[in-house]
Amino acid sequence: MGFGPRGWGMAMLAGAAMTIAVASCGFLLGACVGVLGAWAKISGGPVLRTMADGYTTILRGVPDLLVIYLFYFGAGAVLTPIGRLFGASGFISLPGFAAGALAIGVVSGAYHTEVFRGAFRAVSRGEIEAAIASGMSPSLMLRRIIGPLTLRHAVPGLGNVWQLTLKESALVSVTGLVELLRQSQIGAGSTRQPFYFFVTAGALYLLITAISGQGFRLAEQRFSRGVRRA
Amino acid sequence: MDWAFMSETLLALLQGVPLTLNLAGLSVALGGVLALGLALMRLSGWPPLDYFARAYLAVFRGTPLLVQIFLIYYGLGQFPAVRASWAWAFLREPYWCAILALTLNTAAYASEIFRGGILSVPHGQIEAAMASGMSPMMRLRRIILPLAVRQALPGYGNELILMIKATSLASIITMMEITGIAAKLISETFRAIEIFIIAGAIYLVINFVITRIVHALEYWLTPHLRPATSAAGAAA
Repeated sequence: MGFGPRGWGMAMLAGAAMTIAVASCGFLLGACVGVLGAWAKISGGPVLRTMADGYTTILRGVPDLLVIYLFYFGAGAVLTPIGRLFGASGFISLPGFAAGALAIGVVSGAYHTEVFRGAFRAVSRGEIEAAIASGMSPSLMLRRIIGPLTLRHAVPGLGNVWQLTLKESALVSVTGLVELLRQSQIGAGSTRQPFYFFVTAGALYLLITAISGQGFRLAEQRFSRGVRRA
Repeated sequence: MDWAFMSETLLALLQGVPLTLNLAGLSVALGGVLALGLALMRLSGWPPLDYFARAYLAVFRGTPLLVQIFLIYYGLGQFPAVRASWAWAFLREPYWCAILALTLNTAAYASEIFRGGILSVPHGQIEAAMASGMSPMMRLRRIILPLAVRQALPGYGNELILMIKATSLASIITMMEITGIAAKLISETFRAIEIFIIAGAIYLVINFVITRIVHALEYWLTPHLRPATSAAGAAA
């Protein structure tokens, strides 16, 4: 370990940056999926609601690793014939980053859905009625009333989902993407010091979770301004 | 849909079920014991024990399970002292490394669930046990743990499902459980979607059965929450 020309420090930090990048992309994608999923569950018709229920049940009941394999190899099964149409030959797959971010996004979307659904239920009916009574259009109501109030209740749950997403991003190393864990495997292989590399990786994950946990605490404080605590 | 391929895949993947259940079952059992110890350490009120348990929780819940598996499987073998010790007979086997990592990991999560359960035992019940002269051990055995188990059961059900899913990581250190077989089949056939559907369905069935069992246990442990039965039913 260590920095400098013979050190692995910079490579490990670059791996950590890649971990944060793939986890953040997956988390944001999952948040978008989660908003749609929660909307489908709350105000969708029977068909939409069943689809959303099926989605959350399946994605929360199946190992994440399997989902990553699905996106990494399954994308190849879909893209290769399309590539052949355009004259490409050989196997075409998604790059590791895209496959990983998509897989993480789809999995975390299932958790996001439940967080947003629960948070929406905590918004008091009176506030929504008041918004309707003052003549707000649905989109204005969503932007000014429902969005901020739901977010206030959702922040702690989102913090949990972020921790899950971050840890799940370690699985993306199976696609060959050089994130923190893959980088430590590479370092461990070439220096024959696996213990130090995996301990360093673990410490960097702890550092990332500690810093982001602090961030979520600040966000919670900010969104809870004006709330009286018991 | 290619039914012949699907049924062939199903048969191949079903062969991984015993190993998946074995890994999850053994690590949940060992992890449960460890978790109880950690929960009692957290509740002991003695700072060194409390801080040890907190540090353990922070490390095992804050790092990815795959890092823990690699650290145990690849990392420990780096030291000649480990390779010379009796433990090497276990640590060179991927099976025992997976069990160790899963056990240490589930202990961290389960201990918080247990702690919540123990804290939820009403104080009056503990006072009543003290008043009737029970020793601390007997209080724990007869009053606190049975009541705590009842409270902790729903949360523990979630942990069981997480553990079933976590066993899939053992495939990365060569264990041929369901995901391991699925990954091998995918790399041979490149039919990821069909194989995913079948492997996913097997996991869903296992998890469904577990939730049913936990529900049944919960029902059995909470007679006081059930609607009163008729006199004939009560007599039977």
